[in-house]
Amino acid sequence: MWSLFLRDIRLSIRAGGGALIGVIFFLAVIVTIPFGVGPDLNLLSRIGPAILWIAALLACLLGLDRLFQADREDGSLDLLVLNGDRHMLALTVLTKCLAHWTGSVLPLVVAAPLLGLFMNMEPLGIGATALTLLVGTPAITFIGAAGAAVAVALPRGGLLISVLVLPLTIPVLIFGVSASYGAVADPAPFLQPFLILAALTLFLAVLGPLAAALALRHGTD
Amino acid sequence: MRLIAENLGGERGGERVLSDIGFVLERSEALIVTGPNGAGKSTLLRIVAGLLPAAGGKVQVEGGGEAFPTVASASHYLGHLNAMKTALSVEENLGFWRAFQGEPGLSVEEALDTVALGGLGHLPFGYLSTGQRRRASIAKLLVSRRPVWLLDEPTAGLDKASEERFAGLMRGHLSEGGIVVAATHLPLGLEGARELQMKVGH
Repeated sequence: MWSLFLRDIRLSIRAGGGALIGVIFFLAVIVTIPFGVGPDLNLLSRIGPAILWIAALLACLLGLDRLFQADREDGSLDLLVLNGDRHMLALTVLTKCLAHWTGSVLPLVVAAPLLGLFMNMEPLGIGATALTLLVGTPAITFIGAAGAAVAVALPRGGLLISVLVLPLTIPVLIFGVSASYGAVADPAPFLQPFLILAALTLFLAVLGPLAAALALRHGTD
Repeated sequence: MRLIAENLGGERGGERVLSDIGFVLERSEALIVTGPNGAGKSTLLRIVAGLLPAAGGKVQVEGGGEAFPTVASASHYLGHLNAMKTALSVEENLGFWRAFQGEPGLSVEEALDTVALGGLGHLPFGYLSTGQRRRASIAKLLVSRRPVWLLDEPTAGLDKASEERFAGLMRGHLSEGGIVVAATHLPLGLEGARELQMKVGH
């Protein structure tokens, strides 16, 4: 399993891996917002956490279609499925998700504090948003894995995956943003939505890979 | 160790491409599957490996012990695709499959020497020629041990010398008590192998 994790990390940072595409997209969206919204600093700092979360969500969805498709195209997926008796396929999927998250999504979380400055957010709000992104984005990857597994055989499944996955990520978005606001706006709580966000991630860490494994096992042709 | 297939049927896109295929292979036995294009050779191999659901019948292994209880766990599957990443070096690719598939056999260097790719392990897989890619993929059979080899056109793209070397590898595998099922158009140089002739329309 560790070897699979290492292989996928290596692939994501080598040429054509696309690890940086998500970060560049994230950057592009956040930098564009102040031009569109206008130079109202109060407004920017108020909508900052929500914009960061939405942009991160979309950037997460960007690379998901390659999660299994690349392995399918070169035949690796057959062997991963064939070894399902030694390594439970759901665990293989979980490992691939974690590697994908580390390679493509973790850079977004790291870049988020810097981009928070563009939105005129205060340090506490930036910290809270980065923390909620760190805890919440794995959930998006796990849901996305199920979508990617369903659409693995489709040649241009990228958009389909986004459309399939986006409605399911709404709860993650809601609790992520409300926890970020809870840290700065006084009456709103931080801990409760944050804990629900963590619970969502843990729940989807089980359900997503199981669903994806089921789809992959029946999707081979 | 025996590989048993009973009354196998298979479908491709809702169309029946094979039916009532059965064979029993003992230790050290090879089965060559021949037939024209579209006869269902690849489909048969994928069904045996468990990568496609059978439309009827079943495949099982007997006497695989704890290490190889099922057909999937006892099998190497070498398909049309090489299952190697072009961005990684040959060594990294083989090292990954060796670690992931378990039951380690030859080391990566030994396996590469065996397929005459010694010294090329540091190159990215994408830099290799078609035949070299196929040989690297064949080395994948050697880095982890499996009693059953399921081979789909294994010699496609290989030159004469590599074909003979691969025939030697298969003979070695058989003499160690292994089982080979190979779908092919070309003679593989296996004496005493049984032959399963497939026809279009069944």
